[in-house]
Amino acid sequence: MILDFFNYDFIRFALAASLLGSITAGIIGTYVVTRRMVFITGGITHASFGGLGLGFFLGVNPLLGAAVFGLISGVGVEYLSRFHKIREDSVIAMVWSFGMALGIIFISLSPGYAPNLMSYLFGNILSVSTQDILIMSILLVLVLALFIPFFRLIQYVTFDEDFARTSRVPVSLFKYLLAALVALTAVVYIRVAGIILVLSLLTIPQNTALLFSNNLKKIMWLSIGIGFLGSLLGLVISYAGNIPSGASIIFSLVVLYLLGSAGKAIFEARMKLRKINLSATRFKP
Amino acid sequence: MFRVTRFAFRVPNLNRTFAPVKINTLNLVELKSVSFGYRDEPVIDQVDLVIRSGDFIGMIGPNGGGKSTIIRIIMGLLEPWSGEVIISKETNIGYLPQTHNFDNRYPISVLEVVLSGLLKVHGITTRVNKKDKQKALGVLEKVGMADLAKRSIGDLSGGQMQRVFIGRALISSPQLLILDEPVTYVDNRFEQELYNLLEIISRETAILLVSHDIGQIVSSVRTIACVNRHLHYHPSNQITEEILESYNCPIDLITHGHVPHRVLHTHLP
Repeated sequence: MILDFFNYDFIRFALAASLLGSITAGIIGTYVVTRRMVFITGGITHASFGGLGLGFFLGVNPLLGAAVFGLISGVGVEYLSRFHKIREDSVIAMVWSFGMALGIIFISLSPGYAPNLMSYLFGNILSVSTQDILIMSILLVLVLALFIPFFRLIQYVTFDEDFARTSRVPVSLFKYLLAALVALTAVVYIRVAGIILVLSLLTIPQNTALLFSNNLKKIMWLSIGIGFLGSLLGLVISYAGNIPSGASIIFSLVVLYLLGSAGKAIFEARMKLRKINLSATRFKP
Repeated sequence: MFRVTRFAFRVPNLNRTFAPVKINTLNLVELKSVSFGYRDEPVIDQVDLVIRSGDFIGMIGPNGGGKSTIIRIIMGLLEPWSGEVIISKETNIGYLPQTHNFDNRYPISVLEVVLSGLLKVHGITTRVNKKDKQKALGVLEKVGMADLAKRSIGDLSGGQMQRVFIGRALISSPQLLILDEPVTYVDNRFEQELYNLLEIISRETAILLVSHDIGQIVSSVRTIACVNRHLHYHPSNQITEEILESYNCPIDLITHGHVPHRVLHTHLP
């Protein structure tokens, strides 16, 4: 059965998408989680639904419309967050729901019935095309081009922005570049996980990794590994149980997170017990 | 190395005078009639200040008087309404902010936080080599935090964090060290260690030390800048309440506690 599994082209594409997605999401998701932009990212992803709708309406590639909407909302929220008077979370909620509303308006104005709307909401890794793989690869190259040379700068800017500003480095430029990459990542992986589920690729493996390390580089590597493992498990479950792949991947990721938490708790309890035992023997007369 | 065994017995040299260093002094920072405020309300008005190499300036003044505002203007975090800020591009300033705006669950080790002080030297493609790491460990030794180098910053107490941030300000061997209320969270013991450390550092580095509590700083600084919307520069550390009052700088000279006291003379013109 497993050999069968690898014989299909769509499975090979799905595996490639899983690998590319795990690497991209492992890096970008670590930025999103440690900078506490999870809610912003949710806003961007949902706002891009407006772009999808516009794409349908104009008859162009819906993902192109989504990318434009995603970029505008991502960079826009980053810009607005500079003004402390604005309640950032409220702005995000407005952008989030306004984007969804626009999407629905455009789709209902479009002639005929919008076809695979479900696949945009929940994603389908089994329908990934060569073109999708190409786009995912380009995105990964962009991500690596920013994160490899500027890794420490990004870390310092994320940790203490004010201090980074006093070091005479272009803090705002990097924040906008990163916001743009977050938006693009969210939109590109709509194909795989869907608008509703894409957030989990950017948060669950990263939070699992955060259980085990305080080193940003290690957290990224761990997130990549955990993300890929979760995707593989999810694909197998999807194939074996005939379950939509987005749901089964996220189910696997959450299971890995719970296993990680439990493992950590058991390990810590054991260490504590050992310490107590050690000190008990030490004070024996 | 910088630990004092019993600071309570340390007698400050009351007659210490500081010969004004004239040879080879360099203007590190120059403010020319700088004004700034929030909304329509001016916080500082026509402030002039020159910080030269060799300076050890104590900046005092009441809460809301504008001390931190001046510092933030020097550090480029605020744009002044008017006036001029002249800082040479080569001037390396080590900075300890009064408040830290960071997420204390951010996954970063103490060592890495100290290393981030090298960002302004290394620039945007900052990398860290063995020498930098050793330097960071040396700085952590100075502030008494070497044992906790691998800890996450969020696991530290407020005072320990403050030490780490002082280390971050020190690591690049700056020409000017600006410390905004450095003893806010630290215990008495480290407070004294810190002042001793600053005295050693001040032999090679200019220091601008901000404090709302004058008793703490008057025994270590060489000159005093009093900030209460305006800035009054007093080229000595011998000041009296009368002088402060004439500056409209209502500060209590009488302090209590562990600080080595200094008898303040009436300042003769």
